[in-house]
Amino acid sequence: MAGSGTAHLRGEDALLRVEELVVEYPTKGGVVQAVSDVSFDVLPGETLGIVGESGCGKSTTGRAVLRLDRMTAGRITFAGERIEKAPEKRMRELRRSMQMIFQDPQASLNPRRSVKDLVVEGLAVAGVPKEERAKVSREVLTQVGLGSERFANLLPRQLSGGQAQRVAIGRALALRPRLLICDEPVSALDVSVQAQILNLIEELKASHDLTVVFIAHDLGVVRAVSDNVLVMYLGKVCEFGDSERVYSSPAHPYTRALLDSVPLTDPDRGFNGPALEGDLPSPLNPPTGCRFRTRCPLAEERCATEPPQIREVRPGQYVACHFPLVSGPSPDAAPATSAEPAPAAAESQPAAGTA
Amino acid sequence: MNAQPEPVLAVRNLRAYIGTPRGAVRAVDDVSLHVGRAQALGVVGESGSGKSVMARAIMGLLPPRSACSGEVLFKGRDLLTLPRKERQEIWGKQIAMVFQDPGRSLNPVVRIERQLTEGMRKHLGIGKSEAHGRAVDLLREVGVPDPERRLRNYPHELSGGMRQRVMIATALACEPDLLIADEPTTALDVTVQRQILDLLRRVQRDRGMAMMLISHDLAVVAGRTDRVAVMYAGRLAETGTTRAIFAAPRHRYTHALLDATPSLDHQRHAPMRVIPGSLPDPTSPPPGCRFAPRCAHTTDACVDPGPRMTSADGVAAGMDHLIACVNPVAAPAAADGAAPASVGAGASPNTGLAKGGDLVGR
Amino acid sequence: MSADLSKPAAAGGGAAVAEKQAVTTAAGGEVTSAEPRVPTVRKQRSVLVYFAYTWLVLIIVLAAIASLLPLAKYSIPVDAPRIGPFGGDFDTVLGTDNQGRSILSRIVFGARVSLLVGAVASLAGALVGTALGMIAGYFLGRIDALIRLLTDALLAFPPLLLLLALSSILTPSVKTLIIGLALLVVPTFTRLARANTISWSSRDFIMAARNMGARRRRILLREILPNLLPGLGAYLPIVMAAMIVAEGSLSFLGMGIPPPTPSWGGMIADGKDAVADHPHMVMVPAVFIFLTVFALNQAGDHLRHRFDRTLHD
Repeated sequence: MAGSGTAHLRGEDALLRVEELVVEYPTKGGVVQAVSDVSFDVLPGETLGIVGESGCGKSTTGRAVLRLDRMTAGRITFAGERIEKAPEKRMRELRRSMQMIFQDPQASLNPRRSVKDLVVEGLAVAGVPKEERAKVSREVLTQVGLGSERFANLLPRQLSGGQAQRVAIGRALALRPRLLICDEPVSALDVSVQAQILNLIEELKASHDLTVVFIAHDLGVVRAVSDNVLVMYLGKVCEFGDSERVYSSPAHPYTRALLDSVPLTDPDRGFNGPALEGDLPSPLNPPTGCRFRTRCPLAEERCATEPPQIREVRPGQYVACHFPLVSGPSPDAAPATSAEPAPAAAESQPAAGTA
Repeated sequence: MNAQPEPVLAVRNLRAYIGTPRGAVRAVDDVSLHVGRAQALGVVGESGSGKSVMARAIMGLLPPRSACSGEVLFKGRDLLTLPRKERQEIWGKQIAMVFQDPGRSLNPVVRIERQLTEGMRKHLGIGKSEAHGRAVDLLREVGVPDPERRLRNYPHELSGGMRQRVMIATALACEPDLLIADEPTTALDVTVQRQILDLLRRVQRDRGMAMMLISHDLAVVAGRTDRVAVMYAGRLAETGTTRAIFAAPRHRYTHALLDATPSLDHQRHAPMRVIPGSLPDPTSPPPGCRFAPRCAHTTDACVDPGPRMTSADGVAAGMDHLIACVNPVAAPAAADGAAPASVGAGASPNTGLAKGGDLVGR
Repeated sequence: MSADLSKPAAAGGGAAVAEKQAVTTAAGGEVTSAEPRVPTVRKQRSVLVYFAYTWLVLIIVLAAIASLLPLAKYSIPVDAPRIGPFGGDFDTVLGTDNQGRSILSRIVFGARVSLLVGAVASLAGALVGTALGMIAGYFLGRIDALIRLLTDALLAFPPLLLLLALSSILTPSVKTLIIGLALLVVPTFTRLARANTISWSSRDFIMAARNMGARRRRILLREILPNLLPGLGAYLPIVMAAMIVAEGSLSFLGMGIPPPTPSWGGMIADGKDAVADHPHMVMVPAVFIFLTVFALNQAGDHLRHRFDRTLHD
């Protein structure tokens, strides 16, 4: 699972293109490569889901794209502009069109500021006059479902998790961004509230022509909102492709294992497949070759010596694995439940194109 | 109350209120349930449902300035009224608990061996070398590789999954009759969560132990329990066999919660079913059914007189599947079993934003 | 799970168990338990806190309007020296000092000096210290190392020695005293502000602000500072109390305010030789120092408590 290579990039039309991104940071034990040679792109109007477990580098990737974390190497292109070396001044302007929503909604809001000020914070930074801000503030709060007057003067700690996340979404929207990076936006929320927030993001995506990068550890959540998914493990890309296809017939053993580990609301089955053995290796000292090989049921000698490159296994499905579960053009090679990939593929192709 | 022969734990009309400056939080309000011998009960609810407070009440771990009433019968003895000394004998030895955050429930400056053997030596009165041997066996049982070496480690030298395994081993050390696992996998990754859930179920079955598995996630308890109790805002909503509840949830809340749970076969970009609004104020819950303000099927009777616990399939069918719902989901005559999404109840998915009026500020 | 509940039964304090006997309700013949009675949680308002605030207000008001009060001049004798307190006359109600000056008058005017020195020194120190601490905590790296080196050096210097050195270079006056004391306060606030800045900077809302294009200045002043103020503000009275004591000790050593201007510490110093025969000359200012410092500490604790509550509730 070295997951190097850029075979899966789709050319010039992408709103955001990340190539060979590397993020390293020093720790007491040595340098950790949190993101190692990761490439992906997002077409305008598309939602890309980035999935993986803790330590896979998905959040670091999200922050590095906005240049909020220092990146070590790589190229980032946003709307045709190379931004990895853009000066801080240009970055400040650019960031307004690339907004972010965080996992812990309470922590992402300044505890000493009222709701009505929080949502237009970005406009205040940009120097928009006060009357204008008050107007936008009311508009945005209505859009995120907090239109009632009584929310305007509340402080973050007086809000529930879902309400706070609505404020955070409103704050991002007020800047009229083109790209929205959602870093685990619902994992801190109750199930019944999760759906509210996911629907809100979907609605606003349509009404505001947003392109979304949706980072999550929950495959079910990603499934519901994504056109494409990027599966990461220990800083590397495992698999990239149309979400219908990746979910119905995953090509990477890790993707398979992730899907099999999701508990099902089915009293008879419990899980889809067998459990994955072992623990995540230390990121300080990642395995040679494919980083997933220490836990992979299919690992062979070659996996330890030769890092796999990303390649296309089926149209629109790319995998970094020497022994992919889906090989060649035949789509029915997946071992367990592979639900009719044909109609899914037919339907997903235009879906990516229309937006 | 129930026909189950001699349950290990029977909670009867338990109330646990917690004092705050804003008034008493009615965290658990008249809840009755039971766990049979060698049985696994899943307790499901969102935050504020009272599931964790109930577990704490059973374990005598309620915060100061709280009070409870009702009965917590462990093998027929009421833990709430038993003399302190006798209760201490039960807690930790006969009832053990595994917490959500394995990082915080282990003492960071004490080696695994001492944390694991302390309880054994105290409750079972065994010597150091015997305790060591048992500790090695226990770690092996919960799937910790190289147990001899792990015993000499400090908690921070273990991964989250390993720590949770150690916690489970600690809980099992005194061979409890009941294991309470409070959100044991919430802090863990999906693949590790999977391992721990499998482990808990295996240990529970192998030892013929009773288990209470508490989670906010319906899916977590689905394949790993015999019975399920669904709680909402301090009350019991529905209880019955896991199979019956997942095949055909009858309470409107259970049904809505199952609908809102994101699943792997969700249609892409299809709006999710939502439960509008948020939890009621726990210090002054609404009258009648506490789910009524958020429920799409509320009738006048939901508020007054409100629901009472009744058999879901008529008294003749037995008291095993109980619901507290005035206007329950129709019995599964036509509905196609396990796929609740197709049950007609929530026909028009509520995709809109929650109405502001339903949101209750905390 | 019936909705109708029986009357609450009696319950004790703490994690009390209400009378567990089941009650049968008339309505459905269902069994339900009694509602437990939870001990009410009251906001803890002790008499001491009230006293502390009252005392502080009283002292501050008296010091502020001292020149309007019908007090004798603090520099001119009003009666025989060393008269004990509670002796009829208004001017000598707290006795007279070595030179026959009214202790009442000197206490009130002394309050001015003591409070002024305490307040100005701690405010100035807090201001400089907080600014340094925020810069160190936000930028970290080399500038942090430098600031830490400076504060550590300042902390390692025996405070008395520092003040001695200062008063030997500069002529003793209220101003030099304030500068010296403020210098002592700086490191404490630097450390406090630095630690808090580091913890607030790692919060997501700081990252959100950066992502909205906010500059460092805005982040420091508008995002971080408002969150530091309550904590630092709660600490201020405690530092002020320490400054009043410090001023007292310095005056006692003869390095404080030059005569005839009174200060509480200076008054104790004046009376110390006669303490065996006329203890009131030491006791009266000592009681005032004690009460004021005590009240300030109480106020500080109370403020910090309130701040913690608003943060976590």
